Amino acid sequence: MKILVCISQVPDTTTKITFTPDGKALNSVGVTFIINPYDELALTKALELKEAAGSGSVTAITVGDASTEPNIRKALAIGADEAVRIDAQPLDAFQVSAMIADYAKDKGFDLIFTGRESIDFNGGQVGGMIAEMLDWPSVNVINSIVFNGNKATIERDIDGGREVVELETPMVVSAQKELTEPRIPNMRGIMAARTKPLAVVTPASSELLTEVSTLTLPPAKGSCKFVDSSNVQELVDLLHNEAKII
Amino acid sequence: MSVLVYAENTAGLFKKATFEAITYAFDIAGGAPVIAVAIGPASEEHLKTLGQFGASKVLHVDNAAFQNFDARVYARVVSDAAESINASKVVLANTYSGKSLAPRIAVRLKAGLVPAAVELPAANGIKRTVYSNKGFADTITKTATQVISLTPNAYKVEGGKADATVESFTSSVKASDYKVSTIEVKKVSGKVPLTEAEVVVSGGRGLKGPENWHLIEQLAESLGAATACSKPVSDMHWRPHDEHVGQTGITIKPNLYIAIGISGAIQHLAGVSGSKVIVAINTDKEAPFFKIADYGIVGDAFDVLPKLNDAIKALKAAN
Repeated sequence: MKILVCISQVPDTTTKITFTPDGKALNSVGVTFIINPYDELALTKALELKEAAGSGSVTAITVGDASTEPNIRKALAIGADEAVRIDAQPLDAFQVSAMIADYAKDKGFDLIFTGRESIDFNGGQVGGMIAEMLDWPSVNVINSIVFNGNKATIERDIDGGREVVELETPMVVSAQKELTEPRIPNMRGIMAARTKPLAVVTPASSELLTEVSTLTLPPAKGSCKFVDSSNVQELVDLLHNEAKII
Repeated sequence: MSVLVYAENTAGLFKKATFEAITYAFDIAGGAPVIAVAIGPASEEHLKTLGQFGASKVLHVDNAAFQNFDARVYARVVSDAAESINASKVVLANTYSGKSLAPRIAVRLKAGLVPAAVELPAANGIKRTVYSNKGFADTITKTATQVISLTPNAYKVEGGKADATVESFTSSVKASDYKVSTIEVKKVSGKVPLTEAEVVVSGGRGLKGPENWHLIEQLAESLGAATACSKPVSDMHWRPHDEHVGQTGITIKPNLYIAIGISGAIQHLAGVSGSKVIVAINTDKEAPFFKIADYGIVGDAFDVLPKLNDAIKALKAAN
């Protein structure tokens, strides 16, 4: 089984988000960047699928400048066989998807894995866009995937429940939390990662369909109105008469 | 120009997120026709009511072969419909299905996509949430056609318009184009889906164990609310992971979010800060949740919850 896992680099989940004064970019001073948590699940599941199949390879791919390399090395340390960095600044889901689809189109992948969304832009677009560009089927937000030959049985989240679907490779799927537990790199993996191949690819083209004009923070919340715990009725009155919410 | 809305349905029934998307489409159309497309069997009576929210016409793929969701197939149907009416904008609800479809439609139509939109277009573009609700990005599309995926509960539903006409629609897609076969659908019956819930009651470690969750469930039932939980609670398997709200869980924006026994880690607050009104109940008066809450009670969940439930039941009974 030949699997491509799309990795995006995002601010650590504990980051207090602020933007540059012009509102054009994240203020990255002091921010630690990590592998997007959902992508880490995708990577771990890809390794498990390869191991279950008994053969194959897992390639980690990212779009980014050289500053993303520590996280790509981490993907190799976790267990990816090889890594690819498309040397471009990711600015738009269409641009990123087109670059990855262009790389993947003639490499014979059976499966392309993404996270359900990146925790920075939360668009959840890249998997679906790659799938459409390659004209492959896609299944989003999956909780389990089991292969029998080239046929996968997948359980995915839907609105108000779950659904079990079947489809054949090639396909694009996106990882949800329950899929697996992230794998922590061990010392042997970290040593091996140093010598695993990391190819840097120059993209053929870079076309943007969208642009972020301004980044803003949510308005500051007013102060909390406290109600005494012996007077719960007052809270209900406030919610009913003041907030008019119940 | 015209605006196409994807009218998502479950076994012929439409839901609030779809009505929000149609209302939104009507409000951005500026008088241009708003046309809905619905896939799979649905009664004419239900389809016509989509007009109440602003669709003048419903294109209906009235074919049981298209009942099951395959993102590739559905995206082709919606894109064909968009092309057939020469739509300059396509609007969807940002549900699980909408999130699967929107990127595929955007590629097919070579259209800029604004996912998780929360407001009407303005001079700076369309506001969408980013960094799991820790920020917003005004997004501009650089294309002739635009796809907008609207966050549920972010926009009003406005009915009271005229019924739509219903027209049968046949796209270039055939049933044999299906690549995904649906084996089983496990709907959680009688439960409000968390992402669409207007009221959410959420519990954290302060509840001390899964055996105490009936307190959360009873309050939720009294309020007609969905239940949710914090990450530690889902990590300890007290509750299923699909109830976990926060940065690595589900992001929600209900009208009312009641957090009980959740201290308010930054990742959790990110997932719920878009809620219109937040109530926090916690024994620790320094809990970070009180910094973003509108109303707070410093107290023990086991003491406060039964009283709160009784008071809400009394209010509901009186109204």
